[in-house]
Amino acid sequence: MPEFEPVLTARWADPAAATMDGYLAGGGYRGLAKALDMSPAEVIEVVKTSGLRGRGGAGFPTGTKWSFIPQNTGKPVYVVANFDESEPGTFNNRELMERDPHQFLEGLIICSYAVNCRTAFVYCRGEFVWPGTVLERAVAEAYERGYLGAKVAGSDYALDVVVHRGAGAYICGEETALLESLEGYRGQPRLRPPFPAVEGLYRSPTVINNVETLSCVPHILDRGPAWFASIGTEKSSGPGVFSISGKVERPGNYEAPMGTTARDLIAMAGGVTDGKALKAFTPGGSSTPFLTAQHLDTPMDFDSVAAAGSLLGTKAVIVLDERDCVVDAVLRFTQFYAHESCGKCTPCREGTWWMTRVLGRMARGQGTMQDIDLMRDVGQNMLFKAFCALADGAVSPIDSSIKYFRDEYEEHVRLGRCPFVEPGEETAAAAVAAPPAHELALGEVLG
Amino acid sequence: MTEAGHLTTADIGDVPGPVLGDDARALARRIVAKYPTPRSALVPLLYLVQSEAGWVPRKGMREVAELLGLTTAEVEAVATFYTMLKLHPCGRYVLSICTNPSCALRGGKRLFERAHELLGEDCEHVTADGVFTLEEEECLAACDTAPVVALNYVFYNRVTEEALESMIEAVRAGRVPEASRGGVPGELREVSRTLAGLTGRLPEGAEAERA
Ligand SMILES: Cc1cc2nc3c(=O)[nH]c(=O)nc-3n(C[C@H](O)[C@H](O)[C@H](O)COP(=O)(O)O)c2cc1C
Ligand code: SF4
Ligand code: FES
Repeated sequence: MPEFEPVLTARWADPAAATMDGYLAGGGYRGLAKALDMSPAEVIEVVKTSGLRGRGGAGFPTGTKWSFIPQNTGKPVYVVANFDESEPGTFNNRELMERDPHQFLEGLIICSYAVNCRTAFVYCRGEFVWPGTVLERAVAEAYERGYLGAKVAGSDYALDVVVHRGAGAYICGEETALLESLEGYRGQPRLRPPFPAVEGLYRSPTVINNVETLSCVPHILDRGPAWFASIGTEKSSGPGVFSISGKVERPGNYEAPMGTTARDLIAMAGGVTDGKALKAFTPGGSSTPFLTAQHLDTPMDFDSVAAAGSLLGTKAVIVLDERDCVVDAVLRFTQFYAHESCGKCTPCREGTWWMTRVLGRMARGQGTMQDIDLMRDVGQNMLFKAFCALADGAVSPIDSSIKYFRDEYEEHVRLGRCPFVEPGEETAAAAVAAPPAHELALGEVLG
Repeated sequence: MTEAGHLTTADIGDVPGPVLGDDARALARRIVAKYPTPRSALVPLLYLVQSEAGWVPRKGMREVAELLGLTTAEVEAVATFYTMLKLHPCGRYVLSICTNPSCALRGGKRLFERAHELLGEDCEHVTADGVFTLEEEECLAACDTAPVVALNYVFYNRVTEEALESMIEAVRAGRVPEASRGGVPGELREVSRTLAGLTGRLPEGAEAERA
């Protein structure tokens, strides 16, 4: 791997970085100062030139998204930061917030300035009681020190930031469901068009960006778009924080250039636990089709992962080793989707539920060979036939596991039980690793 | 509850007396003032109800409906959508155990089963001593520290069966252990205040009165 200096996680080892003084000492709010010296249109141009693409899953070019915001419609413009992080296997937004909240906040302020927004919202996942508190403290500090309020960093630009806590619903991470939720309704997706850029929050032009996306922005302003574009690949520029979990020696967030191979990322996490062989991994969380050992050299950028038949999603690598049961993992993912389906449309609401039944009997060894095709069939009737991408995500683990591990399903049918669990034996509980030292330090400073 | 585990309005419980007193109503006005439209404060106000009553009874929903000029049915429709709003009496500590694959691969499922054994039959509603409500949780976005357990949504890292047992014992004895990040979690009422937004910035005085 070429030499790479961490950008987004550079301050993580320093617990003081989560405070305003610590952040300023590390060069914080320099990007904002540079942005405020430019016109909003120039800021958008800089972000466009950097090639930054959204880290929330879809990879939409961030500068382009900002440029869609119409001005002078007579309505206010809103920016909503998506801090609902709930895609199974994904945990980089949480740690970015816990360790460096001002980096995110600075990005949010720059974005708001660029689109002429006066009130920005952060939709914080309800279960993030503590990360949300870290954010609230950063917001309070920013007001005290004049980075928010009537005169942002001494300029004539005024901005308020409102932190809103969610209440436990994965679907509220989907941007239009998030807006519904923020307006005080059930979190159910809206029909698009109109897109949020035209009619978003309170039917006003709205930008929605992920926490990691916004965390990149101060650096782009401070060090320039060419520097940012020089990291990563041509079409997936910049650094990325990859969440690696499951059967690796050191699960965690690892920062690397976009386009780093899955093999290198898993090596950063210490390799597969106990030197076992890798069976499967998700490149971007539970909603992205499984890949296998043959795909380990896939560069983890938007286009390469798509070419390999999956999606980069949230850059969340969940690793299954040779002794882990794919059917069991897929069942659990499917239970997740059945629980989190918002219930608005039939293919998703009914499809996920019936899939849990079929997979459940399969996992118990009571399935039939026809069940395997039945599941593919149900999947085809869900894929691209539902209102939002949750249903497509639910099909991913099922379809891809049947594609690569059909024999494993068949083995369950033939044996009448899970082949990875001897009769009477339970799934092995994994060994527990010691926490890294910096994790303890953070609790001491902020606790 | 539907077969898939979704709540319906039939799941909503009730209490005899009013829920929101004068102080809570003053706070409610300040929460409403945070937002461009009052209705955005609906979930925060339901958290406020939860912080007063320990859960969200129908009476509280009616009071919130009145405050926001909504019908009770509109409030119920929202309240039943979100899992962190508790529609029936629950324990002072919600014990969540993640069993999504990244945790399950590292012992999360066994942990959940063990908790169930330790807490007894009704623990998914409330334990006999009123201390716990056990929940099987979806991915808590902390898979790096799997298996993850949370007390009132404050996280404990890499929890072993032994650690879980001593945690349960300690909470029962009134000695809540410090979480891996975020200090000692408060009771659900207290955490619900945080979720209502009361630990963050709230508009003051005149600004709040206008709302
Ligand atoms: C079911 C579903 C859940 C989603 N959850 C999240 C989430 O938790 N966080 C997030 O940033 N984006 C999530 N997204 C993507 C958002 O809809 C949206 O694309 C994203 O927040 C845009 O930000 P970005 O351009 O910075 O990536 C989800 C999408 C879907 C379909
Ligand atoms: S696809 Fe599923 S989650 Fe999305 S709108 Fe339809 S029912 Fe709701
Ligand atoms: S799977 Fe348990 S926290 Fe992610």
